[in-house]
Amino acid sequence: MSEGINASQLVFAYNDLEVIRNINLEISRGEIVSIVGPNGAGKTTLLKLMGGLLKPTNGRVEAFGKEIALLAPKEKAKLISIVPQNPHLPKEMRLIDFVMLGRNPYLHLMEWEGKKDLTKAIHSMKLTETDRLADRFLGEVSGGELQRAMIAMAITQDTPVMLLDEPTSNLDLAHQSKIMHLIRETHNQHHGITVIAIHDLTLAAQYSNRMVLVSEGTIFADGTPEQVLTVPIISEVYGTQVEVISHPTGGTPVILTTPRKYP
Amino acid sequence: MISFPWVKVSVGLLITLLCFILATSAGSVSIRPEATVSIILSKIPLVQIQNSWPSSWETILWNLRLPRITLAMLVGASLAVSGATFQGLFRNPLADPYLIGVAAGATLGATIVFLTGIPFVFKGISVLPIASFIGGVGAVSVAYGIGRNASDSQIGTLILSGVAIGAFATATASILMLHSEPDLRPVLSWLMGSFIRTQWSHILYLITYIGPGLAAVFLYSRILNTLQINEEYALSVGVNVNRTKLVLILITTMITAAAVSFSGIIGFVGLIAPHVARLLWGNDNRILIPMAAIVGACFLVIADLMARTVISPGELPVGIITSLCGAPFFLYLLVRAKRGIN
Repeated sequence: MSEGINASQLVFAYNDLEVIRNINLEISRGEIVSIVGPNGAGKTTLLKLMGGLLKPTNGRVEAFGKEIALLAPKEKAKLISIVPQNPHLPKEMRLIDFVMLGRNPYLHLMEWEGKKDLTKAIHSMKLTETDRLADRFLGEVSGGELQRAMIAMAITQDTPVMLLDEPTSNLDLAHQSKIMHLIRETHNQHHGITVIAIHDLTLAAQYSNRMVLVSEGTIFADGTPEQVLTVPIISEVYGTQVEVISHPTGGTPVILTTPRKYP
Repeated sequence: MISFPWVKVSVGLLITLLCFILATSAGSVSIRPEATVSIILSKIPLVQIQNSWPSSWETILWNLRLPRITLAMLVGASLAVSGATFQGLFRNPLADPYLIGVAAGATLGATIVFLTGIPFVFKGISVLPIASFIGGVGAVSVAYGIGRNASDSQIGTLILSGVAIGAFATATASILMLHSEPDLRPVLSWLMGSFIRTQWSHILYLITYIGPGLAAVFLYSRILNTLQINEEYALSVGVNVNRTKLVLILITTMITAAAVSFSGIIGFVGLIAPHVARLLWGNDNRILIPMAAIVGACFLVIADLMARTVISPGELPVGIITSLCGAPFFLYLLVRAKRGIN
């Protein structure tokens, strides 16, 4: 039994359009991986395939030796939690009730959440600093708070694998690093697998120990941030001129776009 | 964390009982409420009560009012639960068995049975609800098939297609009736929704369908909560979304169809009752479903009371009363939903 996620010869097509073409990817326990790439490269699709939200057209994804496409929804939900990008959420649901939905995989049809489930939900709300918002409605909190509540729900789901789709996309500078920090802290505590589909290369480099660069449905580069974020690789995949410097404090790669023309 | 709302449900049931007794006492012949209670109690075996009331009261109560009001109660609860479930299932605050065409589809099914002379009861099972169910499933499939691809902000698509299907089904039912019945009044009054001519046997047949149906919806009430987040998200927390939706649509349609086949089309109960319950007790379906049932039962008992007293000794179809209350309420919800989107 393999200890992690294993995608082999993965192909996915929407109607006739191949979005994922023959991807092979192995992620082991303890890794925090960023999936990066240009718009339309297939980041979200790859994430959804790993989470079992889409069925591969060809090939397979296994988590801990079990083929995801064949698992019952509840079994899948005990292995993998997913934080989607901008989901439609009911405005009139309280945060605590929302976070508690993460307990669904552990409840029978006729069973309601008990004390143990409430304790877990409150614990993950404390970790994400959303506990003081427990009684607020989803419609009345900010984008950053909502993102944290979604992460709290994923923590409540208590899975070895957490997948996040663009967790920083609608946030300002301070909240971006706050959320990424939270994701890494959560990851370190659970010693599981965290996979983040993310746009921002510089941010990704700061918070992940492995980066997978996807381009046109295939893996173009895979390695440490320093290995993946090089001028030739980025220029080719994104088709634009960039410069890569080293972060003054952490030493991680920082990507600078080069303007077409300086004024 | 939430446990079954015993207190709310008990208080609700008490209020329902109160409405029930008041409604059975009022009418063209007024019966004192305490006499009503005594007459009902005297029907329970082993209870000995000195009968100090005219025997005509007993006949009126036992043969006319009690079955009728019991039916109104059950139908009210059924339509309210159907409405609450459809609203949750389709994430659409305007969904209602009447507005999404289920009720009209069910009516068409029942009309066909009415007019083709198929026996209503076959081997102890009432056929009418089954025919209604088939009609209702047909209607909801079309409405949902058209409405499902609309984005979440377009809550109108489901309702619009439902209204169109409803109009079509009602028109078809009317043509069938015009072709075969010399005296249309009984069928027409049924079509407009009415509890006249209710018998105890109707109640028994109805309970065999809606009893298990209501219980099943309540069992699914926690899962219905998870469906309030979008479907892919619900799937990721382990909800078998497609199966749950199918099961709930079938059960809800069965409840609606059973109610419609004994009472005709009574609009807007499935809209008013769940929203009143929501305003008072919030959105958690585990509380909403039982409380909507109670509000629906009370509402329809009172509406029926009005239907048989406002133009006494004549009678209005109860569907007219519920539409008079419901249509403005619908418009109010429409304005509110529109404001929420902008």
